[in-house]
Amino acid sequence: MNVLSLRGIRKSFGAHVVLRDVSLEVAEGECVVLIGASGSGKSTLLRCVNLLEVVDDGVVELDGQDITDPRVNADEVRSRMGMVFQSYNLFPHLSVLQNITLAPVRVHKVARAEATEWARAALERVGLADKANARPDDLSGGQQQRVAIARAMVNSPRLLLLDEVTSALDPELVGEVLDLLQGLREDGMTMILNTHEMGFARSVADEVCFLSDGVILERGPAQQVLGAPQEERTQRFLSRLLH
Amino acid sequence: MTAADKPEVWQPSPIEQQRAAYRLRQRRRSFVVATVSTIVVLAVVVIVLVTSPGWDRFQSTFFSPHEAGVAFPMVLRGLWTNIEVMLVCGVAIAVWSLVLAVLRTLRGPVFFPLRAFAVVYVDLFRGLPLLLVVFLLGLGVPALQLSGLPTDPLFWGGLALTLSYSANVAEVLRAGIESVHPSQRAAARSLGLSYAATLRFVVLPQAVRRVMPALMNDLISLEKDSALLAAIGVVDALRQAQIRQSLSFNFTAYVVAGVLFICLTIPMARFTDWYARRRGFQGVGGQL
Repeated sequence: MNVLSLRGIRKSFGAHVVLRDVSLEVAEGECVVLIGASGSGKSTLLRCVNLLEVVDDGVVELDGQDITDPRVNADEVRSRMGMVFQSYNLFPHLSVLQNITLAPVRVHKVARAEATEWARAALERVGLADKANARPDDLSGGQQQRVAIARAMVNSPRLLLLDEVTSALDPELVGEVLDLLQGLREDGMTMILNTHEMGFARSVADEVCFLSDGVILERGPAQQVLGAPQEERTQRFLSRLLH
Repeated sequence: MTAADKPEVWQPSPIEQQRAAYRLRQRRRSFVVATVSTIVVLAVVVIVLVTSPGWDRFQSTFFSPHEAGVAFPMVLRGLWTNIEVMLVCGVAIAVWSLVLAVLRTLRGPVFFPLRAFAVVYVDLFRGLPLLLVVFLLGLGVPALQLSGLPTDPLFWGGLALTLSYSANVAEVLRAGIESVHPSQRAAARSLGLSYAATLRFVVLPQAVRRVMPALMNDLISLEKDSALLAAIGVVDALRQAQIRQSLSFNFTAYVVAGVLFICLTIPMARFTDWYARRRGFQGVGGQL
């Protein structure tokens, strides 16, 4: 069964229709990359999946359950996915370790000792085992983003949503985050991410979706969409990125 | 972009219509539950009050309509004094606390005496009970019988309020000034603005906006605390109520004064809430 399935998603802010009719299936272990110009609704789509935005129409199903039904508990649904934001959004008043153990302890009701163990394993995974007691402000952007990824995956979510996770990073720090995501992908993590890093998209994506005018205008394997786009608007978008 | 900007006809799908209907039902249910529970709680309170053994006595002592009619014009006249005190002291506090806050945020060793003065001043007046300051200035200073100084208790009481409140308000303003990110100062200085111009045109406007709800809160407190001047003989709403009560041995005048004070503070509180909410919209720095 698909981990996530979107059918006819519509979302507008006031009179501005950001998503008009978006449908998407994400299978277990698949990595879907959303591309498109600024304002094309990539972030809004991820926020709709995470229920941070209420869709105007359409259905989002997580593991076959309709999570856009107003009767579902949004907190419970969110606890089954992880989300990573462009500007990290770590909690500055907590240490790195506390940032990661917050959800296991408060949401999943795991014993603190066990949560700490999980958090240390997650930090190990992102290569920051020695930073457990540091404060977020003492870390570089790349390190902070890796902590944010550790925080999102510590509960073994079904799905990881990554919203422009390298856009706020200095160029020399982008590599460490992309390497980590590549590793997660190889571990079989199901991911949806939006990015401006076309090289990265090419290397991790099972499917690339080009968003334009509130719909997925073109989709397919990375080589096809990025290498030989069929739609004129996709071609224009990609050629602007290269020049 | 072009297609998205075009007006289009959108029909919600059946599933969205169901969801909308469900949300509407939930909203209606919440409204009914809230209304019923409010009515029940109020009814219980009223029944407990009215059936209590001392109710008749209580009612005639605190809620006598005749007494209220007599006391109302007196208390209202007194309330005007409270409003005057609030307005005049409010302006004086705004000026003096701003001076204190700016003094305290000055940097560099040259300004040490000014900083030290501001710190000692704030420590002193924040620590002293307001009523004590009112007594010291309102009764103490006139007792010195120094020539050339006013003897009006209204003046000394107002001064006591101003001095005390400025210490608290200065700290609120300082918190606001320090909450403005250093990069804002850097940007202003990089444009060639002096320290003073940076403070005046970049830092203070952001600082004051950020602490506005706290400042409004202090203004509401000031309005209430102006009644403390009754203790040194200023004829305000509370004092008028006292005068009436000592003639009639009926406490309704106090209730009238209380109601009038609340009538003044509630609009200010709602205005503060509205203002904070409006600010909150822009203050939370999230992106879509």
